[in-house]
Amino acid sequence: MTTKAFGLLLAVICSALVSLAAGGHWLGPEAIWHALVMPEADNIDDLLIRGTRASRTLIALVAGASLAVAGGLIQTVTGNPLASPGILGINAGALLALVAGAGLLSLPLAGSGYVAALLGAGLTCGLVWLIAMQGAGRAGPLRLVLAGAALAALFNAISQALLVVDQQGLDAILVWMAGSVAGHSLTGVWPMLVGAVVVMALGVPFLRHLNVLSAGEQTARTVGARVRGLQAIALLATALLAGNAVAMAGSIAFVGLIVPHLARRLLGSDHRCWLPGAAALGAMLLLWGDIVARLVIAPREVPVGVAMTLIGVPFFIGLIRMTGRPHG
Amino acid sequence: MTSIRADELTLGYGRKTVVEGLTLDVPDGATTVIIGGNGSGKSTLLLALGRLLVPSRGRVLLAGADIQRSPTREIARRLALLPQQPRTPEAMTVRQLVALGRHPYQSWLAQWSQRDERMVERAMQRADVADLADRVVDTLSGGQRQRVWIALAVAQDTPLLLLDEPISFLDPAHQLDVLDLLRTLNRETRKTVVMVLHDLNLAARYGDHIIGMRDGRIVAEGTPETVMTADNVRAIFDLVCRIVPDPCVGTPMCVPVGRAL
Ligand SMILES: Nc1ncnc2c1ncn2[C@@H]1O[C@H](COP(=O)(O)OP(=O)(O)O)[C@@H](O)[C@H]1O
Ligand SMILES: [Mg+2]
Repeated sequence: MTTKAFGLLLAVICSALVSLAAGGHWLGPEAIWHALVMPEADNIDDLLIRGTRASRTLIALVAGASLAVAGGLIQTVTGNPLASPGILGINAGALLALVAGAGLLSLPLAGSGYVAALLGAGLTCGLVWLIAMQGAGRAGPLRLVLAGAALAALFNAISQALLVVDQQGLDAILVWMAGSVAGHSLTGVWPMLVGAVVVMALGVPFLRHLNVLSAGEQTARTVGARVRGLQAIALLATALLAGNAVAMAGSIAFVGLIVPHLARRLLGSDHRCWLPGAAALGAMLLLWGDIVARLVIAPREVPVGVAMTLIGVPFFIGLIRMTGRPHG
Repeated sequence: MTSIRADELTLGYGRKTVVEGLTLDVPDGATTVIIGGNGSGKSTLLLALGRLLVPSRGRVLLAGADIQRSPTREIARRLALLPQQPRTPEAMTVRQLVALGRHPYQSWLAQWSQRDERMVERAMQRADVADLADRVVDTLSGGQRQRVWIALAVAQDTPLLLLDEPISFLDPAHQLDVLDLLRTLNRETRKTVVMVLHDLNLAARYGDHIIGMRDGRIVAEGTPETVMTADNVRAIFDLVCRIVPDPCVGTPMCVPVGRAL
């Protein structure tokens, strides 16, 4: 287990270094070392690395890890291996907030757009929880999924209507929908980066409890788990992580769905192993997606969401074929 | 003291009432067996005793305190509940599932200990699933799974065990293994056992106290000798039978004749 953890960590670091080096203008190890350790204000390579490549590398790392962990959490809470963070209406809520912000309030997409998307994601998630908890009987994970699907459909419809009526900012929104980790300055996003890392760190003591939750609600209750409380905590973490990532990097659907499967396959079904592993794998997948996105039609770029799906789908199909069925 | 009792319990699902005004005192340190026909409310009662079903009226008292108002983790250290049809988790190994039995003993400070490890190993041995430890539960046979769930309850190491039809999927030899294990736990460590059984003869052989249920009510209660009479069996199951002494141990044995008309 420790060898695997060490291997994963090493792979993440190597991927991050490649991400610093790769692009229309490749940079060698010396340039990277120079930029990281003793940057100079008027060195172009330093500016390139510290200005754009470092920020997109960090965003890809954190957004990828966040989406993977959020996906793993939602799969455990709903007991549904096909669940992904989008199922809580997070992407739809963020999109609606962006579209409404740009169209009705003329907010620029960068900066305040981020805040709007985060708010939209968070509010939607809260609304889904409220709806699922309403009414008679016990609110199970199934209701959560249904409420999320219904709200997502509603919000997407409203977004489309707004976009048809008022096409202002459509380009920027299209970019957001395809996903992108580029174009942010580090000073703009560091609170989100730190926030995501803090949420993940705070979650570590709860990993053991997730094992109990994954044995099913009834069993969890018989061994003394407070199931509703745990579900609420897990959902809150999901909303924060996925909302944050989606607001930063746009609508990237794939990581949250497949990386948890991959992690369970590699590391077994103990959350203390596979969920941190999923964070590493998610970070890596998004990094490589972004690297490919920069290179395939350089000097132009394809959206990272597209590139990543291109890498991920064949890989995932291979995984399914190799082993019969995806690990639940 | 771990005495558990039900006080004027009314239980149901939604608008449907299954059990009404049931009062029950479970004898401490004894093995109580609940018998009754399908749908008579045995599982419902056991769920309520195990705090998984909230009574619409009345209370379950564990050592004098209302079970619905006590911290669920504390209760998990005092009673283990094996429901009739637990959902088999996907992808968990036998050892992982049995280890959940130690969950109530862990906290932020008290992490997994040597003692937890020993209890899990021992529980798996006692339920005869030690050689399945690294198998995925989902891939086991029904009877093997049932023994895994029993191991989980045993690993919880509680003074009170509630088991709903714990031997329904087991072959005859393993049936006796499990009942002997429960008897050993009861005799050696004074654990209180409450279980639902369908085999009347095993109920009479292994039970110190028998409860006969019908339509959510207790219609007979007492020692095997007082409960296992032809009249009671007829009242509980609509079954005509002859009662003869069990040739091995002398407890009452029911030989069915036919359905009462
Ligand atoms: N989850 C449920 N929802 C609605 N009715 C239920 C539920 N579980 C059990 N019942 C009903 O309650 C009655 C008692 O069931 P149960 O306690 O399981 O009986 P037993 O265990 O004695 O066979 C039955 O009529 C059954 O249909
Ligand atoms: Mg039953």
